[in-house]
Amino acid sequence: MTLLRAILLRLLTTAITLFGVAVIVFVVIRVVPGNPIAMMLPPGATEADILRLETQYGFDKTIPQQFMIWLGGVMQGDFGTSISTRQPVSGLVLSRLPATLELSIVALIIAVTLGGTMALLGTRFRDSKTEGAIDVTAGMALSIPDFLWGLVLILLFGVLWPVFHISGRISPSLDIDFTTNFYLFEALLRLRFDVIADLIGHMVMPALALAIPLAAIIAQLLKQSLKETMHLDYVTLARTKGYGEAKVITREALPNALLPTLTLVGVQFTFLIGGTVIIERLFSYEGLGNMAIDAVINRDLPLIQGIVILFALIFTLVNLAVDMLYVVLNPRLRHA
Amino acid sequence: MKLNRRSLLKLSAATAAMSTVALPSFAQDIDELVVAYNVNLPSWDPTVGLSAVNPTIQGFYQSVFDLYIPQNPDLSFGSGIITDYGWNDDNTAIWMDVREGVTWHNGDPLSAEDVAWSLSRVANPETGSPIQFIWGNLQNVKADGNRVTADLAGFDPTLFKWMSFLTGYVMPKKYYEEVGAEGFEAAPIGTGPYMVEKFERNAFVRLKANENYWGGAPEFKTVTIKFVADAASRVAEVESGNSHVTLEMPYEEYDRLKGKDGLAGVDTPVSDIGMIFLNDIEVMTDPNVRMAAAHAIDKQTIIDRLLSGYGVAIDTLQTPDYPAYDASIKVPYDPDKAKELLAASGYGTDNPVKFKIQCTKGYKPKDFEMIQAIVGLWRRVGIEAEIEVYEIAKHFELRAADQLAPAAFYNWGNSVGDPTTSTGFAMFGPSPHSVWDGEDTLNAILPLWGEADEAKRIEGWKAVDRRIAENAEVIPLLQYVQPILHDARVKVTPHRSGALLPHLMTRA
Repeated sequence: MTLLRAILLRLLTTAITLFGVAVIVFVVIRVVPGNPIAMMLPPGATEADILRLETQYGFDKTIPQQFMIWLGGVMQGDFGTSISTRQPVSGLVLSRLPATLELSIVALIIAVTLGGTMALLGTRFRDSKTEGAIDVTAGMALSIPDFLWGLVLILLFGVLWPVFHISGRISPSLDIDFTTNFYLFEALLRLRFDVIADLIGHMVMPALALAIPLAAIIAQLLKQSLKETMHLDYVTLARTKGYGEAKVITREALPNALLPTLTLVGVQFTFLIGGTVIIERLFSYEGLGNMAIDAVINRDLPLIQGIVILFALIFTLVNLAVDMLYVVLNPRLRHA
Repeated sequence: MKLNRRSLLKLSAATAAMSTVALPSFAQDIDELVVAYNVNLPSWDPTVGLSAVNPTIQGFYQSVFDLYIPQNPDLSFGSGIITDYGWNDDNTAIWMDVREGVTWHNGDPLSAEDVAWSLSRVANPETGSPIQFIWGNLQNVKADGNRVTADLAGFDPTLFKWMSFLTGYVMPKKYYEEVGAEGFEAAPIGTGPYMVEKFERNAFVRLKANENYWGGAPEFKTVTIKFVADAASRVAEVESGNSHVTLEMPYEEYDRLKGKDGLAGVDTPVSDIGMIFLNDIEVMTDPNVRMAAAHAIDKQTIIDRLLSGYGVAIDTLQTPDYPAYDASIKVPYDPDKAKELLAASGYGTDNPVKFKIQCTKGYKPKDFEMIQAIVGLWRRVGIEAEIEVYEIAKHFELRAADQLAPAAFYNWGNSVGDPTTSTGFAMFGPSPHSVWDGEDTLNAILPLWGEADEAKRIEGWKAVDRRIAENAEVIPLLQYVQPILHDARVKVTPHRSGALLPHLMTRA
């Protein structure tokens, strides 16, 4: 009951947060420089043309009026029509969301795997050259931003040793009609291994670029937690029972050391999703981030609003999920 | 894991398997041409909406649709869907003859009805057609046999030139009425050299050759155009063999790669120019200051040093390809004259004239660096300019509101090459694209809008350009050169409009 109440409370605060985000975004993008009507003026346009365009896109009304019209539409699931593509915003953002989610989840899996492995190895070989090497590697991984990793990966695995695709999400020549936009998930269900290989070939570099800095953070924090845990009594007890060091780390120390890392991973995951904006652009990956940049360049206000609201929704839901998971995994909170 | 012979073999096998699985397909012979393009295609309708007036995506449209009147790679006008055209004696009506034997991509025959409907559609502002000041003149558009006629609400000597320009595309009446706007967006058809086979928004478009194209089937039967916005990624695409052709990259990269084995490059001046708008406010109302600013710029050195020589210095808003280009109009680099002019207005290096110059950073090649160099040159003669960096969207907003700083860098495109669409819209006060409000220039331009005698009209624009140059009402800088990097097995014919057209590409 307490858990349910907590979830309901979080959902309520999520709704309030989203409303706040909507207000801020709506006002800010109308105040910042760059009038979308001025952007779309053809040569020879007259004052009458400007007025006609302003009326057509509703910019002749005050900002509060525009907001109320937009909010009324949103309540009915209508996020407006994109100025640049003349398509419904909701359809556009929802069609791109799966690409970003798949990329982010794969990046997260890579980050957790890499970071976790580094942390376990660092703990296992603590105070040795191996730990030193892991610390140096993690430090380097962390100090280079994701877009720079992207460029390094393009150079290494796109140009010098071209094993992965540099741009796009899937090869245009592949003959497959997807019924959903979760290409990887659908290809897995349909056991289309050629498509899976192609999708992974496109996804590896952007996912790695996103994952490397996060992996370094996970490695450092988890290793620190593990090392602290290794001095606790129950770990010593496990050793006296004759458990090997690897078993002591994975069976006894790891479950307790995971909790602080989990919270961090949750927070960092939202940053990782934010990072897709640049990475998707670099790799021409057809996700929300790439679309967001085009929307900003074109001053496509309805599309910018739709994307930002969706990002905000993802962020709050991820945080909610992490909080819930924390409660589930932490016995002290679970039984509180 | 212990590292032994067996584990090494396993690791090698796994790596090899991964490489095989993920390896991009490298064609031995180029059967399918892959182009890495620098912009996305937001919408397929080339006649209405925001995209219709976006010059950077006209190459997509010209691959699938036909302009009423096509433009050759050298910007001259050819014979296309409209084979012959003209005005009546008193310029109150036009006639156009429509090519026979042309079919739409779905096999339907193209008729004069399609042309008449397309023109009527763009003449109607309710369709979202943005070029109303031209198409809005068309009334009573009718088809009779293969001839289309229309009455004119007003005479505009550039009307037929606009049939080669933004929104000047023939659309399929029957098909569009059947499928509607949404259906057309999902499955567009035209009469152009390529048909749309597959379109993934924000990702790629796959084109199939139109074997029945009236101008002859294109050589590459399948063309994939990937949308790769990042210049480094586009270069990597071609360097790795994933794409065969790309455009718009830093000139240093272009120089580095065009000589590489298996790669080649073609660089041609295009219809884009770089210029400095002068707003006749504050110190820019003083002709001595404006002229000094113009004479103090060493354009050729800037082109050589910053753009690796890729650019053509210009002194009017006409490039050498345009009919109103006049080579005799010169604004030479003359720092001594600039100092004299400034001295006449009481300025000098000890007492510099001060104003703000706005510019973009990274919107065009070396835009900010060029302005930095210009500001440096100005400082030597007694001009102290403060640089304000802004986004291109801000430029449009300020320009439309006539609120640009006294000086503002911008690039101007004019693929149709007519002086009205360069000097005309840039310097005619009432235009939302102009920030120059001087009465003399306005009065000089005014009679040219409706001048029916073409030779007289062009001479008139040359005279306007001369007086603008003499009074330094704008500072034209350079005509841009477009670098196209390509696989050496492909022969690329560049188009001076800047549109990258796959049907102009053949096997080398």
